[in-house]
Amino acid sequence: MIYSLILQVATRLLIPLLLVFSVFMLLRGHSHPGGGFVGGLIAGSAFVLYAFSRGVGAARQVLRFEPQTLLGVGLACALGSGILALIQGEAFLTGLWADLYLPGGIHLYLGSTLIFDIGVFLVVIGTVVLMMFSVEERGPAVIPSRRNDTS
Amino acid sequence: MEDLDGFLLWAVFISLAIISLAILGAFVRLIRGPSLPDRVIAIDLVAYLTMGFLATYSVLIQEETYIDVALVLGLLAFLGTVAFARYIERIHAEEETTEL
Repeated sequence: MIYSLILQVATRLLIPLLLVFSVFMLLRGHSHPGGGFVGGLIAGSAFVLYAFSRGVGAARQVLRFEPQTLLGVGLACALGSGILALIQGEAFLTGLWADLYLPGGIHLYLGSTLIFDIGVFLVVIGTVVLMMFSVEERGPAVIPSRRNDTS
Repeated sequence: MEDLDGFLLWAVFISLAIISLAILGAFVRLIRGPSLPDRVIAIDLVAYLTMGFLATYSVLIQEETYIDVALVLGLLAFLGTVAFARYIERIHAEEETTEL
């Protein structure tokens, strides 16, 4: 299949926007609409767009990890944020919060819910990319078998 | 809603009515469209009109998060249209190979 030049140039402009916006959505999710799921959906669609414009092989190279690895790491992150609370003697998945005063007047208010959200983020990226890659890779292979059925 | 003065309120209401009618018209094309590309473009049009509706509605209720929803919708609608275009292209490629 020939990949369109218009789409290649357009995705080059769109993909950074999508990835930055996905991280923005992920970090804003605590107190506003957004969160890991929407962010993961946007980041996953960026990689799907890349696969549409350059082919699945190129998209796999850009992603660097297998989608299954992302799924596993994401689930491990979500589980780890729950176990962190268990270690502290709280109920499973209780949000833990830490006030950090870094040198230079930086005030960080970190919570374990962010780890859970990053886990959801990775799981959604892995799922979306895995589904679209397998559909794209199967696509051309289906056509000859269908042609044999009709003839 | 009280924050908007009379003229802006009327403008927002009239825009919402017109955009709703346009979405209705696009849905008619979606149902009646004789060919697949007609339907794909109708879906595209519905998505972009919904973006306009969300932006206008965010003016009405003074809530800026709807703008972000419209942005996400626009990016995903673009992806959906590209996917449909590839699907249609693949069907045509298949027809050409079977004709040969």
